[in-house]
Amino acid sequence: MSAHESQLLQVNIGPQHPSTHGVFRMEVTLDGETVVALRPVFGYLHRNHEQLAEASSYIQTMPYTDRLDYFNSMTSNYGYALAVERLAGIEVPQRASYIRALMSELTRILNHATAIGFMINDMGAWHTALQFGMREREKILDLFEMASGARMMCNYFRFGGVVRDLPPEFLPYFDQLMRGLPAFFDEFEQLLRDNEIIVARSSGIGILPRDVAAGYSVTGPVLRGSGVPYDIRRAEPYGIYGELAFDIPVGSVGDVYDRTLVRFAEMRQSYRILQQIRERLPDTGGGHINPALANFGKQKALRPPAGEAYARVESPKGELGFYLVSDGSTQPYRYKVRAPSFINLTPLGAMCRGHLLADVVVILGSIDIVMGEVDR
Amino acid sequence: MATEAQLAAERHGVFLTTVTRLYNWGRRSSVYPLSFGLACCAIEMMATGMARVDLARFGAEMFRASPRQADLMIVAGTVTKKMAPQVVRLYNQMPEPRYVISMGACATSGGPFRDGYNVLRGIDLLIPVDVYVPGCPPRPEALLHGLMTLQAQIDAQRLDAVRWYSDREARDHPVPSLGRHGLELDGQTIDPVGGLPLLSPLTSPHAEEQRSGQLEHPQEIRLFPIMDDTVARETPWRARGVAREIAADDLKRGGAHE
Repeated sequence: MSAHESQLLQVNIGPQHPSTHGVFRMEVTLDGETVVALRPVFGYLHRNHEQLAEASSYIQTMPYTDRLDYFNSMTSNYGYALAVERLAGIEVPQRASYIRALMSELTRILNHATAIGFMINDMGAWHTALQFGMREREKILDLFEMASGARMMCNYFRFGGVVRDLPPEFLPYFDQLMRGLPAFFDEFEQLLRDNEIIVARSSGIGILPRDVAAGYSVTGPVLRGSGVPYDIRRAEPYGIYGELAFDIPVGSVGDVYDRTLVRFAEMRQSYRILQQIRERLPDTGGGHINPALANFGKQKALRPPAGEAYARVESPKGELGFYLVSDGSTQPYRYKVRAPSFINLTPLGAMCRGHLLADVVVILGSIDIVMGEVDR
Repeated sequence: MATEAQLAAERHGVFLTTVTRLYNWGRRSSVYPLSFGLACCAIEMMATGMARVDLARFGAEMFRASPRQADLMIVAGTVTKKMAPQVVRLYNQMPEPRYVISMGACATSGGPFRDGYNVLRGIDLLIPVDVYVPGCPPRPEALLHGLMTLQAQIDAQRLDAVRWYSDREARDHPVPSLGRHGLELDGQTIDPVGGLPLLSPLTSPHAEEQRSGQLEHPQEIRLFPIMDDTVARETPWRARGVAREIAADDLKRGGAHE
């Protein structure tokens, strides 16, 4: 009897695939059903973000940062505003910092709720778990719409503050949302955390050890799921985060299940931060924007002195960094985005090797990527 | 519209209709969209399928993963030049009758990224579009309105006049390839960087699908401020060779800085 010979099979997943979270393509080499190699292919959503920013004035880039990570337009705004403020030396009033942190934490709850939903979507629970996440998302988007006028592309931040103060109906609606959030967390966790299918599909899958994760410089829930308590809000506090009490949840194994648990725990921590902000918000002073820049014409005519600046925020997906070089004109000389989705995607091949093809989409879902940020 | 005779017959329990109306009623009440998201608008497309606005009320909640099972392609997001051939290929794989909704500014015209070197300025350059939904991104309600507009269009179609029951042979739309100066179709650049799109848009399914091949605009490569080294940074409109419309646009932008 001759030796049984097997042949490697190349499978192309994407760019149109229901589980690739946009237009992402993976070239997978399979031995039977086991992944031997995986090569990610990017660039299907390259929208010249950086080039357009270098050809427009500083404030004109603000709406484009909304479209980087289109789930979390508020944190993308925050990172960019922080970079320009650092470049031009702009002070931010206390109340504006509080409003900014409030919006960032609402964004984090929104992102994690939908990210978990999308991952379970990839496991085969078609849109069922996602309904719960999207329900909360709609409520949070109502708040964004009250404050900024838009649901997704908020364009709410300005250099030195935010574009307008919270409207009077914001806080009553916000309190109502806050009353409902713990019940949502309980319900979501009860349904999904101890769900037998989810535990079976995700525990022990896509393990990213601590040192490998650090070697690939991944950040966000992926890194914390691997057991590294690294969070920009704690490592390099910006805005008011130095004054707020919150814990950094970490995982122990570094598999898909750990990343999901970290996201569940982070939503509760964001809730804790929101409670603290809500308590202090009425006593804050200073207005919603720096008076020197309250006029939009001043924002448009901003000419930061020549130099460079890098600012980073903890976006729900990880460390979002903006690097700016100014030559003293109204347009940045160089503009670079350090996108967490892109960098978190780099260990995908290492995580998927040895797993089944069906696990690849689950691992990809657990990284929580957004192609607008990956390809920019 | 029901006639008197129809109403009289219905009073006696006889239901009269035309085949076209019945057929269109069935088709427009079960439009299966392709589960195909490109960028930001895809999130609002999914939000439309979720509990609050609930696309299922209009029979269009079955997002199919395969183009072979889909009736409707919602082009939701920016079509880049790398992705455009795939979009046309997916459209070709959909069975007739098929419809296209261009959702959002990017799919309709390139939107905020229109000035970039890698963005297709409107999917209607390559495939026919039935309904355009404006917005960046459109609200879920706007997409619902787009779907209702499409349903009205389906209602207006006549079985004896539609393209896919006629004798004409079905043909695929030509798939562009990425050439030196952008997307190429039959060796001709269709969407040069900084210029206007060169082929006339195919906007209606009622129009002939055959591509004329004639150029609507003279094929001259126009310079664009971002791409041209000779353009001075502060006053791009003064540079040689910049089109007047683009210059006027830049004048507005540049004037805002002062």
